[in-house]
Amino acid sequence: MAYTEEELKKELEQQEYQYGFTTDIESETFPIGLNEDIVRSISKKKNEPEWMTNWRLDAYAAWKEMDEPKWANIHYKKPDFQAISYFSAPKTNNKYKSLDEVDPELIKTFNKLGISIDEQKKLSGVAVDIVMDSVSVATTFRETLAKDGIIFCSISEAIKEYPDLVKKYIGKVIPKKDNYYAALNSAVFSDGSFCYIPKGVKCPMELSTYFRINQAGTGQFERTLVIADEGSYVSYLEGCTAPSRDENQLHAAVVELIAHDNAEIKYSTVQNWYPGNKHGKGGVFNFVTKRGLCHNNSKISWTQVETGSAVTWKYPSCILKGDNSIGEFYSIAVTNNYQQADTGTKMIHLGKNTKSTIISKGISAGKSQNSYRGLVQIGKNAENARNFSQCDSLLMGNNCGAHTFPYIEAKNKSAQIEHEATTSKIGEDQIFYCNQRGIDVEKAIALIVNGFSKEVLNKLPMEFAVEAQKLLEISLEGSVG
Amino acid sequence: MSLKEKLVSSFLAFELDADINSDVHDIRSKSIKEFEKIGFPDKKHEYWKYTPIKKVLNEKLTIFKKKRHLIEFEKVKDFFLGGIESYKIVLIDGMYDPLWSNTTHKGADICILSSVLENEKYSNVISKYFNQIIDDKESFSLLNSSFSKEGAYIHVPKNVELDKPIEIIHINSGGESSLMLQPRNLIILEKGSKAQIVESHYSLIGNNISPYTFPGYIDPLTNTLTEIHLEENANLDYYKIQNDLETTSIIDNTYINQKKNSTASCHTFSFGGNIVRNNLNFFQNGKNINSIMKGITILGSNQHTDHHTLVHHASPNCESYQEYKGIYNDKSTGVFNGKVVVDKIAQKINAFQQNNNLLIGDHSSVNTKPQLEIFADDVKCSHGCTIGQLDKSALFYLKTRGIAEKEAKGLLTYAFANNVLENVKMQVLKTKIKKIIARKIGVNLGFEL
Repeated sequence: MAYTEEELKKELEQQEYQYGFTTDIESETFPIGLNEDIVRSISKKKNEPEWMTNWRLDAYAAWKEMDEPKWANIHYKKPDFQAISYFSAPKTNNKYKSLDEVDPELIKTFNKLGISIDEQKKLSGVAVDIVMDSVSVATTFRETLAKDGIIFCSISEAIKEYPDLVKKYIGKVIPKKDNYYAALNSAVFSDGSFCYIPKGVKCPMELSTYFRINQAGTGQFERTLVIADEGSYVSYLEGCTAPSRDENQLHAAVVELIAHDNAEIKYSTVQNWYPGNKHGKGGVFNFVTKRGLCHNNSKISWTQVETGSAVTWKYPSCILKGDNSIGEFYSIAVTNNYQQADTGTKMIHLGKNTKSTIISKGISAGKSQNSYRGLVQIGKNAENARNFSQCDSLLMGNNCGAHTFPYIEAKNKSAQIEHEATTSKIGEDQIFYCNQRGIDVEKAIALIVNGFSKEVLNKLPMEFAVEAQKLLEISLEGSVG
Repeated sequence: MSLKEKLVSSFLAFELDADINSDVHDIRSKSIKEFEKIGFPDKKHEYWKYTPIKKVLNEKLTIFKKKRHLIEFEKVKDFFLGGIESYKIVLIDGMYDPLWSNTTHKGADICILSSVLENEKYSNVISKYFNQIIDDKESFSLLNSSFSKEGAYIHVPKNVELDKPIEIIHINSGGESSLMLQPRNLIILEKGSKAQIVESHYSLIGNNISPYTFPGYIDPLTNTLTEIHLEENANLDYYKIQNDLETTSIIDNTYINQKKNSTASCHTFSFGGNIVRNNLNFFQNGKNINSIMKGITILGSNQHTDHHTLVHHASPNCESYQEYKGIYNDKSTGVFNGKVVVDKIAQKINAFQQNNNLLIGDHSSVNTKPQLEIFADDVKCSHGCTIGQLDKSALFYLKTRGIAEKEAKGLLTYAFANNVLENVKMQVLKTKIKKIIARKIGVNLGFEL
């Protein structure tokens, strides 16, 4: 373990939810409810061109006709979409020339979150775009990136400054009518990140977005669009937190990735939205649509550590359209108390010689329900497609549930698919062995869980891996039966 | 009139022939009412996602047959096990055929359901067991319950081990178009008893009229339901052979309720049929229960087979084992949906599920969904699933040994399916299945398998 016993103990004491503070920043919030006028106002507020306004209205019209998906293995009170405010922005001047101009309260928030913009700027070499209550508040390292021709900014800026690029790609991987939440997001998204890596450029640093819901009674709808042009490479990180509140907050994001020929995108998420208290009150509803499109010889890799949210509904997918393209999905989903997660991936093999790997680790404790739902589809023309899937579940205590729903559809005879899944608990013999070596039960569990999730943790960039490891321990504290 | 409306109104005519004051009739009327509410499932229904059942629900189908068709023994003799003594229940076009059947009431009841259902003597048994574990939300089960009348009735008393296996044989005479058959079996094994049952489906062509000579001929659709109750320490081996014409369709619902220390194994051999759907449901109510499901599917042309299994572990210390192998030629499609549910109190469960598929035909496809729903922590549950081709290096090895490609492929395919046959205890049956497999794979292996 990377840190000492003392530290672990201290951390476990404040196990509740360490990001549960609110920041006292004046923000500008729209009246609650959703109608065409609100959609127009959001668009107007952001000075968007007309095509974007129409695009949003189109999505809104489609959303009105759609029904909420009910097939997932989750149970919750349907959010009242008319009781949410669809726009909340920290009330500050629109642009900052330097960090000094930023509201000191805001800076404090970031420091509490462990993202010191200042320090990051100097030391860590990670460019961060911070989205608070769905508005991008700061993007670091822009100039350095611009030297290589890399565009990394908020999506609203991109709409204004690079309309051709946005117009060309937005909604291409996830059409605005794709599903209920994607349509909602398309209508009301307030901000998000935009990233474009030009041909042949290997992005010199990790790009990162940090999402935070601050204002009460708001929903967060951000939109991320990452485009890796031919032969380029980018590694992208995403983190999320929210204050502890009694009511449920809604988070419906859309992430679209496009990997052109020979490009590679690595997208990592550490999702730590407020999971609700231990009686299942409050918490974030996390309904996210993430999808990547692979052209020839390209690769998209999703890595996710899901520890937060009261309800998670999320299936990062890869459309392997190009020949020889590769899709990967590595996931750890931890649920405790009354959390519910229905998460997994879709690998759609369309091109020849496409490969995909799925490694999913589910850990359920308390009274939580954790489901893996995945689809591996081999199209008629996908010669020599190859898939390997592994879904393991770990159960702690007998009030939780672990479920697996793998769908496998093969339409080509040259396909080779392997799928395996196991469900088990932490073995008494494993704990006994640790005890015998002087490691107490709590730490033994942390050790075993860590080992169980190692395959996925290894895929995370270094900085995230440490954070994720700590998160795992905190999330599972107190779950030993 | 849609098929649903037609079936609902057929019920009125069906009632005329039945004793409407019996308990069984209450079950029938309730079922048809429920069916009227639900109707047939469409492709949006999660459990019917991959099986286009609409294709065979022709509105011309009828549950009433016009007349009895005679069949020469020559044409059907291969359908019997042969070589050993057995009890037989033969149903031709859904009607009991006393000529070839061999029933008994000595030691155990092995007879037809219609003679028991409305018989005062059996009313206790019927009210205790009949229609007790059937899913009342499943369209085809409801439909079968509505028209339940004919089929096999097997009741093995306490500690009796049957001396001979039982054969239940369904034959479609091919003498009539658009028949929808609803055979219903009720099988009860009392404490410590033991039985072996082989159920098979066959159709004939060229008897009076045939699909090829009679224009507008609509192939029969069999919607069969088997309800099995195993009391403590009972032991049942059930074999299903579905080696029918390429044009006939079968929907097979089987419900098995197991009590303490009982063992049930069910082998399904699906070698033919237009659309074949197997719903196999095991309920474990008691400790130390063992449930085994195995299956081999070999399909060609446009055929479609769908295996849906459910094992509900409701008690601790039990086991379940599933192993399904599929070989798909031409444009055939296979579906496997295995579901294992482990209740909170069902600790120390060992559940295993395996589905292996060989895709051989250029346009063949497989959809599989091995599903686990687990609420208990001290369990060992796993599933594995593969889709692939024959190992090229193994094939090459055999060819270097002078075995022609076709035979080599046959050998490997046979080996792929073989371990499912390991647990088949009846030697004659094993030989019969092996012969069918060899024929299906299309090779003469030149030795007795």
